[in-house]
Amino acid sequence: MAHAATHDDHHEHHGAPKNFFQRWVMSTNHKDIGTLYLVFSLLMFFIGGSFAMVIRAELFKPGMQLVQPYFFNEMTTMHALVMIFGAIMPAFVGLANWMVPLMVGAPDMALPRMNNLSFWILPFAFTLMLSTLFMPGGGPAGGWTMYPPLSLQGESTAYVIFAIHLMGISSIMGAINIIATILNMRAPGMDLLKMPVFVWSWLITAFLLIAVMPVLAGAVTMLLTDKYFGTNFFNAAGGGDPVLYQHIFWFFGHPEVYIMILPAFGIVSEIIPTFARKPIFGYRAMVFAIASIAFLSFIVWAHHMFAVGLPMGAEIFFMYATMLIAVPTGVKVFNWVSTMWGGSMTFETPMLFAIAFVILFTIGGFSGLMLALAPADFQYHDTYFVVAHFHYVLVTGAAFSIIAAAYYWLPKWSGHMYNETWGKIHFWSSVISVNVLFFPQHFLGLAGMPRRIPDYNVAFANFNMISSIGGFWFGASQLIFLGVIIHCVWFSKKKAADRSWEGAKGLEWTVPSPAPHHTFDVPPVIHDDELAHGHVED
Amino acid sequence: MTSGGIRRSVTAWAATACALFGGAAWANPEPDQLNMTKGASEWSPYALHMVGLWVCVVIGILVFGAMFIAMFRFRKSRGAVAEKWSHSTKLELIWTIIPVIILIVLAKLATNGLVTFADTTGSEMTVKVTGYQWKWRYDYVDYKGKAVDQVGFMSKLEESSDRTRQLKSNMDPTKVQVDGYNTYLLDVDKPLVVPIGTKIRFVIVGGDVIHSWWVPALGWKMDAIPGIVNSAWTNIKEPGVYRGQCAELCGQDHGFMPIVVKAVPKAEFEQWLTTQQDEAKAAKAAAQTAQTAPAPANQG
Repeated sequence: MAHAATHDDHHEHHGAPKNFFQRWVMSTNHKDIGTLYLVFSLLMFFIGGSFAMVIRAELFKPGMQLVQPYFFNEMTTMHALVMIFGAIMPAFVGLANWMVPLMVGAPDMALPRMNNLSFWILPFAFTLMLSTLFMPGGGPAGGWTMYPPLSLQGESTAYVIFAIHLMGISSIMGAINIIATILNMRAPGMDLLKMPVFVWSWLITAFLLIAVMPVLAGAVTMLLTDKYFGTNFFNAAGGGDPVLYQHIFWFFGHPEVYIMILPAFGIVSEIIPTFARKPIFGYRAMVFAIASIAFLSFIVWAHHMFAVGLPMGAEIFFMYATMLIAVPTGVKVFNWVSTMWGGSMTFETPMLFAIAFVILFTIGGFSGLMLALAPADFQYHDTYFVVAHFHYVLVTGAAFSIIAAAYYWLPKWSGHMYNETWGKIHFWSSVISVNVLFFPQHFLGLAGMPRRIPDYNVAFANFNMISSIGGFWFGASQLIFLGVIIHCVWFSKKKAADRSWEGAKGLEWTVPSPAPHHTFDVPPVIHDDELAHGHVED
Repeated sequence: MTSGGIRRSVTAWAATACALFGGAAWANPEPDQLNMTKGASEWSPYALHMVGLWVCVVIGILVFGAMFIAMFRFRKSRGAVAEKWSHSTKLELIWTIIPVIILIVLAKLATNGLVTFADTTGSEMTVKVTGYQWKWRYDYVDYKGKAVDQVGFMSKLEESSDRTRQLKSNMDPTKVQVDGYNTYLLDVDKPLVVPIGTKIRFVIVGGDVIHSWWVPALGWKMDAIPGIVNSAWTNIKEPGVYRGQCAELCGQDHGFMPIVVKAVPKAEFEQWLTTQQDEAKAAKAAAQTAQTAPAPANQG
């Protein structure tokens, strides 16, 4: 290992190791590890997606047709755990691995061997977690939030908690690495306030990760000792408090949802200026808005708990704090629109996904504002209205931004252009189906359909059927995405230029396409005109 | 697009939205229902919900409208040349301050709603609700200042729904009906009977895991948590049958523990309560006789 790690320093300008095992399993290269993260997250996206297909198939019409209720609960639980910890988070870490060093002019991540470890923990963690589905007693079925006492009734608690510990360790190491890279390895002249918004968003996200992953670890460890070692943290009969778990969980959980959206803000803030050919509007306001949202994320957790019977004072505090988030989020949306205003726009696939992100994420934000109103939340809470809300911010928000990023940087990663026609087909198919899938769920929730139920009254039948059709359609559309990526990487004949997009600015476009195994061995010279946000004055 | 065009499209949108969302008067889920129920209780978040919805609709029209105008006007294919500006303190102040003002108004309305919701004083009746896997228990605690003697019962999914909902039962959920209304998974063997025009305090607890007691027509849900006593109140205006479901994941049959509240005029309720109390007394007496001198027959 020591040999492999020091090897790079002795020989300049050599390529990747030829040996497959050495290249991918023993890699310390930020680009290869980034690729591993992205491929892993795509695999998890399809596994988590297949669970969603089971859910939508059972909900296609009233009556139980396909699965037992307990298995249905395993599916909803696993779908969430896999999508959150397996698809969205690793995808963002993969993008950070690939792009942060390229964007700040660093030769690699600050801690390359830890980088390898933080990735290779993940396949083991998810094998452990997914294996519970094949065990007697089944997988976790108490929801991804794992509220006790229900979650303690399962047989898979120990497996899932160990898997979550592993994922947490991986995330914390990834976050340390990103912070160390951004703070220590920027090229001379790349001041903090000259960094691309994506790098800023990840710097802030990484601090959120370090702050809250240990809190999750603590919460699940208490679950573990409650179940196996006779403690009573959350056991009312032993003097504990089940609501304590919810407070601890959501103290992690709310920053967690911003961990899944702040890097998306960063991505969209890179893509829109590129295709509008105009610098991002209000760069400093954008950075400040991300920081404010991150700060507020720590003081709003109990808005997930409006219906647990909090004292009125607490409800009022958490309601006000939550509503406040609308202000910096609004600033971001207005600034994206202003970036487009007066630009010279073209609508390649990354831009289409970025625009869809702004519109559909904003719709998710609107339902979020409505959910913040505590008295109204007494109705919305734990209904399909909430399901619609968080899928608008996570699927058309986080996942769309990741897809946009993949299209945007695929030419840089692979050296080829993807097929624009099929990219556009993928976009239109996805954007229509995702609304068919999730928009009717608002109506279902308002009409009174609770979440996490495998069967429902006939009054909810039509919208559920529409939603399921949208679900199958959206799921199938992602196979187009897979096809476009495979075509681009292995079959596309169209070479990508170094600056793959006409309006693209930033250091990553100054290196060749595909980006060579080692970049910026010598720190680049920074020209302010070359930066995505132009001159930052005043 | 001209400003007249914008005004016309706004009007068209508003008209469509009115048709879709206006005049919602359902108490129980109706097929293709789009909006929240106005509720049958004195307290309802419906008005706040509508204010929030309209605020979002109007902001949405403005923001998305601006985006679409930008997308049509500033296209490279139409020869648009990118401008250089990237900053405007005035604009940024405007779109920070205006949302703050809107939020303050919303916060004021919501706070009023919370204050009235939290006030369970002056209740004339108390019902204890206990959530179990997977049924509810109702115990009548007091009525008009007098303790109610031993009136309490379990309430669980009624049988035809229960048979129909079994995996591959091949039974048709649309056939589960009461008076022409489909009650599949929304009907119980024994409903909670309460009087109208009475402020009723519910005390809500969990018997095993966390459940959540939710009847949309009453305007709220409240978690039923082991070891914690939650309270909430309602004052139902109209007689009727109000249906709801458990709203907190509580295990495999979470989807199969409905709630039915039957609201009746006060006189009818008092009569019902007396009958229940008498039956309870008779049952208790019978049990005592059975203890002292074991008898084979059970009058229960």
